[in-house]
Amino acid sequence: MPRRTAFHARTSDRCQSQSWQEWSGYLSANSYELEHVHEYHAARTASAVFDVSPLYKYHVHGRGAARLLDRVLTRDASKLGVGQVAYTTWCDDEGKIVDDGTVTRLGPERFRLTAAIPTLDWLEDNDLGIGAAIEDVSEALAALSVQGPTSRALLQGICDAELSRLRYFRQLETKLGGVPVSISRGGYTGDLGFEIFCDPAHAERLWDAIAEAGRPFNLRPAGNLAQDMLRVEAGLLLIDVDFVSSARTLFEVQKSTPFELGLGWTVALDKDVFVGRDALRAEQARGPRSRTVGLVLDVVALEAVYAGYGMPLHLPDRSWNDAVPLYADVERRDHAGRATSGTWSPLLKQYVAIGRVRPELGEPGQRVWIEETVEGRRHAVPARVAPLPFYDPPQKRS
Amino acid sequence: MAKRYDAIIVGGGHNGLTCAAYLARAGRRVLVLERRHVLGGAAVTEEIFPGFKFTVCSYVVSLLRPEVIRELELAKHGLHITPLDSAFAPMENGDYLATYSDPASTREEIRRHSPRDAEMAPKFSQMLYEMAFAVKPILGVVPPDPSRPGLRGLRTLRELGRHLQGLGRRSFHDLTKLMTMSASDLLDEWYETDVLKALSALNGIIGTMLGPKSPGTAYVLLHHYMGELDGAFTAWGCQKGGTGGVSEAIASAARSHGAEIRTEAPVAKVIVKRGRATGVALESGEEIEASTVVSGADPRVTFRKLVDAGDLPEDLVAAIDRFKFRGSSGKVNLALDALPIFPAMKDPALLRGSIEISPSMDYLERAYDDANHGGFSRRPYMDIVIPSTVDPTMAPPGKHVMSIFVQYAGYDMPEYGTPAQQREAFGDAVLSTLCEFAPNLKDVILHKQVLTPWDLEQTIGLSEGNIFHGELTLDQLFCFRPAAGWADYRTPIRGYWQCGSGTHPGGGITAGPGRLAALEILRAGN
Repeated sequence: MPRRTAFHARTSDRCQSQSWQEWSGYLSANSYELEHVHEYHAARTASAVFDVSPLYKYHVHGRGAARLLDRVLTRDASKLGVGQVAYTTWCDDEGKIVDDGTVTRLGPERFRLTAAIPTLDWLEDNDLGIGAAIEDVSEALAALSVQGPTSRALLQGICDAELSRLRYFRQLETKLGGVPVSISRGGYTGDLGFEIFCDPAHAERLWDAIAEAGRPFNLRPAGNLAQDMLRVEAGLLLIDVDFVSSARTLFEVQKSTPFELGLGWTVALDKDVFVGRDALRAEQARGPRSRTVGLVLDVVALEAVYAGYGMPLHLPDRSWNDAVPLYADVERRDHAGRATSGTWSPLLKQYVAIGRVRPELGEPGQRVWIEETVEGRRHAVPARVAPLPFYDPPQKRS
Repeated sequence: MAKRYDAIIVGGGHNGLTCAAYLARAGRRVLVLERRHVLGGAAVTEEIFPGFKFTVCSYVVSLLRPEVIRELELAKHGLHITPLDSAFAPMENGDYLATYSDPASTREEIRRHSPRDAEMAPKFSQMLYEMAFAVKPILGVVPPDPSRPGLRGLRTLRELGRHLQGLGRRSFHDLTKLMTMSASDLLDEWYETDVLKALSALNGIIGTMLGPKSPGTAYVLLHHYMGELDGAFTAWGCQKGGTGGVSEAIASAARSHGAEIRTEAPVAKVIVKRGRATGVALESGEEIEASTVVSGADPRVTFRKLVDAGDLPEDLVAAIDRFKFRGSSGKVNLALDALPIFPAMKDPALLRGSIEISPSMDYLERAYDDANHGGFSRRPYMDIVIPSTVDPTMAPPGKHVMSIFVQYAGYDMPEYGTPAQQREAFGDAVLSTLCEFAPNLKDVILHKQVLTPWDLEQTIGLSEGNIFHGELTLDQLFCFRPAAGWADYRTPIRGYWQCGSGTHPGGGITAGPGRLAALEILRAGN
């Protein structure tokens, strides 16, 4: 039986759909209402709150803290100022991605790392000869993510600090509704948003304060179904979907590098030695085997496919996460890569997907064909390569 | 004389802007001239009361053609539609009926009233879905003149005929019924619960001076089902920041293609020389030349105000004079200090959907009877949304804007005195009726804006206040819109075109007329 997060009494009370899934050993709501699409719209038009407690969280502190993180992560942790947050990947010796997450410098010698998979062992192994203190705080920190264009206004109402001064990818310690929290700008929707960490003992108080403050702002709790549509629009990758952790597969073919995933910008090749550096340097010189791109499906062509069956266009009402073949030709002979997740974007009115293609097919505007199964038959539907993210509103950084 | 344009669009309503965007996209030098200080015509957002954004007229979006959204990349230009959650209809006995966006909740709610109707509701929806699919191709074609269709018209008719034949017998019968029946008769064939019929009949009377028992209202009902948000027919939603945002998005698309847009530039006349439009004269006296002039105004303004009758054939003048406008609806917009409380509403989340004051079929028919004998309904039908519940930026935190579409109200209500007195009396009838269902409302109103059909004509320029540029009845649709022989966006004056909702496919924020007109203008080599 999966465990319950510190917010479970509140989330389960709101969860009309009774639809849950397991996330890192915890119960996590797929949607709160029967129709997740309203949760999606709340996040895009107003604000939504997600229980993200199941994230793995680690505190790294002491004199070698920055050195340890620099050895493990591809980002340059020593360059982070106090209160700064960075998105990062980490790799194995072959430069294959193990996981991604955020690293926050909480103090001169104190960091917090979030991860999608258990990482304590990986950190401890690499601590050899450094001696930083590593603490698994996954259970000691409950976490909420409040996302959407009105998220700042609603949190400001109960926050001791001036949130307009909290810049994108920065964190500060303050109180929300009287509860001591660590709050950072960012999130997994590509919009204005905040991630909030607190002591599980105060979790329900925090939830109640945010729910109350959120009432005039149409704050809704939102689950995984809405979350996944949002993150695809934001061009944010999901582990086990858009890539496989090299720690979780034995097969070379399933592994990928940050460069292949469009995350080359997180790799500080010029910094001191770190895990996977040599392999990544070699790859940078060589060029990646594939490129991760956005894809916009040609809905008119898809509609024509449906018309062939005497049917109106059908668009998916939720995101999909199964790899789908991409082709360089309409006959589906020349395999171009794969689309790994996709969604109809109700906001952008586009059918978008994230995929990986051969490098020469990765330029925006390039036409490829995606396999669409309609009534049990396979069809090739044209799609256009587009830059990621699909959705990047000004308030995300402002 | 100053710069010369390829095309001048008279009126910056959403169809005029759409037409401008398509023409500019094809490389034409385009100028849009809008009389008011704000773009959008009836699709407009105005801050009538400080801090509160009012969707002054048109308040929900569903019918906007997906091809326009796609071709003009409107999402990139600010289109942002949030669907409504539900519909809630309080009844006079204190009970209510609600429908939700998920079918299971709707079925359970209807079952409370009638298990039989709970079974019929999905079938009824499916029938309308099929019908919307059936008529969809019609929305995207230029109506041919059946009496002299020409090669292209014949091809269009043949394709439509094939499509309709392909539907099968039952669908064809259903379609015929929808085209001819009254909403009331149609619903009697499906439902037994009165309030469910009343809730379902609403879309049949909106914008029309007809009661639910009047033949032809079944089509109007279908017209409102043809919207396609996200490939799902029938979904309605609100634009972020108010409906004006849709017009702004289209204007932004038009500008991105190089169109010029001038506000506070009222056009007095289209200049016609030897049967050909050569430009426009503004009320200011300024004259601007263009080889093509397109009117986004309604047929009465297009044919009877902007040009002289002497330049038109007599039968067209007569047809336009007979064209039914008969505005039937008004609007009340409120700035609220707090949310209204409907005692019948058990779940306040229903405030995020539409609220329909339509408790029974008898109520609707009586509302029509009142107006049919002059004046307005003493207890009118109301279609209410509180957009600030889904988009908090519409009002200051905790405050709200309420949009109340009201039917029926006549254009000519002399028994209530001057237009100002009519407005006052009409507003009072609306609020006193609404307070029967939400008593606290009167205590939370910070500001109210009341618009009668007369006001809609004065401020927006809608003849007789008709929100659709003329009723959507069968005799005024497709190849009869706005007049037989002139449904292909042309006019008898060379170089003078029409692109407003008074042309096919008609009213509502569809952008269909604007697009089809532009494509036809381009096809004609202008």
